[in-house]
Amino acid sequence: MKLSREEVLHIAHLARIELKEEEVEKFRKELSEILAFVEKLNELDTEGIDPKFSVIPPENVLREDVPQLSLPREKTFMNAPETDGEYFIVPKVVKK
Amino acid sequence: MELLNKSLKELHTLIKKKEVKPTELLSELLKRIEETEPKLNAYITVSREEAERRAQILDEELVKLSEDEVPELFGIPLSIKDNINVEGIRMTCASKMLESFISPYDATVIKRLRERGALFVGKNNLDEFAMGSSTETSYFGPTKNPWDLERVPGGSSGGSAAAVSARSAIASLGSDTGGSIRQPASFCGVVGLKPTYGRVSRYGLTAFASSLDQIGPITKSVEDAAYLLNVISGQDSKDATSAKVPVPNFLEALNGEVKGLKAGLPKEYFVEGVEPEVKEAVLNAVKKLEALGVEVVEVSLPNTKYAVETYYIIAPAEASSNLGRFDGVRYTYRAKDYKDLIDMYKKTRAEGFGDEVKRRIMIGTYTLSAGYYDAYYLKAQKVRTLIYQGFQKAFEEVDFLITPVAPETAFKLGEKSGDPIKMYLSDIFTIAVNLAGLPAISVPCGFDSKNLPIGLQVIGKAFDEETVLKVAYAVEKELSLNLTPSL
Repeated sequence: MKLSREEVLHIAHLARIELKEEEVEKFRKELSEILAFVEKLNELDTEGIDPKFSVIPPENVLREDVPQLSLPREKTFMNAPETDGEYFIVPKVVKK
Repeated sequence: MELLNKSLKELHTLIKKKEVKPTELLSELLKRIEETEPKLNAYITVSREEAERRAQILDEELVKLSEDEVPELFGIPLSIKDNINVEGIRMTCASKMLESFISPYDATVIKRLRERGALFVGKNNLDEFAMGSSTETSYFGPTKNPWDLERVPGGSSGGSAAAVSARSAIASLGSDTGGSIRQPASFCGVVGLKPTYGRVSRYGLTAFASSLDQIGPITKSVEDAAYLLNVISGQDSKDATSAKVPVPNFLEALNGEVKGLKAGLPKEYFVEGVEPEVKEAVLNAVKKLEALGVEVVEVSLPNTKYAVETYYIIAPAEASSNLGRFDGVRYTYRAKDYKDLIDMYKKTRAEGFGDEVKRRIMIGTYTLSAGYYDAYYLKAQKVRTLIYQGFQKAFEEVDFLITPVAPETAFKLGEKSGDPIKMYLSDIFTIAVNLAGLPAISVPCGFDSKNLPIGLQVIGKAFDEETVLKVAYAVEKELSLNLTPSL
């Protein structure tokens, strides 16, 4: 799979990663190579094979609903880049 | 230095008999770290003050305890890969993104170790977010291999393996998503165990690929690995994928009784591309096992040749989702200048992540995106089924499998860092094990002509770490290699 410049920019947008101009071509080349590499899987016939999303048998894991303490506020916010101690502060998202 | 060569069991005996104080052991270790770090860079953080404070408390507690009241890790300082949360200590995941992140809580494995009296001396270097096979993608610079400082220690748990090898760690915990415990253990001449998926709780491990990640010990000996596995194993209500299966005493498996066991040598793991010296060392160890009464047969795992490709679809897909949380809102790093929220996300992630992490997030984003999901992600999960079934079939016939851990010994710094695919292929013999969720160990089995250690991999049935440890212990005993680098 050879990615186009536009595709790389689209992927980067979906992944929320800003690319510098010189990075676009670098990642275009590298990502195309990786995709070409993994496409070897197409040699294999997987018709009728179920996917194995996990090696764990799909079972519900249930427990009693017992109230318990969660992480205290000061610990929740201690790594926040911007906080008032009660909220995470982010740039305004609601338009006037 | 003599103390640092001792096993966990021996250290425990010295401490409970009050012949060595926790502060004495810690000060030996800190001295060794100071001596070796300028050469190795195996630690991102040395939590000297916290460890000294803790050791002081344990010194005082020890006086009040009778010999049999002293828990098995009392006063023993451990080091931990820097993607596992240890409360109050910085956890960077070797990323600029988390350069100043302080863990607000203990991972379940840490809690369990603490309950048995362990303390924590520091956090070991790794590839950024555990993505790599050489520890070169660390934001804090690469770790060097103690056997040859121009070579990589392997990765991603390279800091843990290098430190244990150089005796600047007594024992360490790493994490293994595609070989990240076993391959560095092999490159550094130490023991590394990846337990069965679900054997050890992942709560508090920074998630990379959640269906593949598993925490495990990196130690000087098989016995030490069993010793730590005893403490960290078991179901945990905080990790719904941790398995409700009984935890045996793994130390009891180390009895040398391998007679009558049946070993499989997968022919796909002894092909061209494996360095002849590596193959020779592994087959030499197999001969030793045969002499002990192990029956050896050839088996085939035909679809494991697709394991690397399968992994490089599944792991980046899961990573792209798991690393979505690093958005500049909750976890320390945020870009300085931005126009709006989306721009803040994009700039934060552009500045905070290194290239390998970006590559994997973008590959994962692509293969999960509309129109490509079936062709890549679903396809890979189907191949995963075939790989899984291949192991199941082999295990109908044999009790365990033996393979090289890696096709080569430690490579030079920079040798592969410019070529992502070349780097990915260094995990060719370890990756299938994660896809199938099986337990596997890397145990040293010799040296090549450059005096670099070679690792042998024992792969077991799900939840049969006992056989894996038993066989590795027999190999270790039979070969009795000198595994201390002259550093």
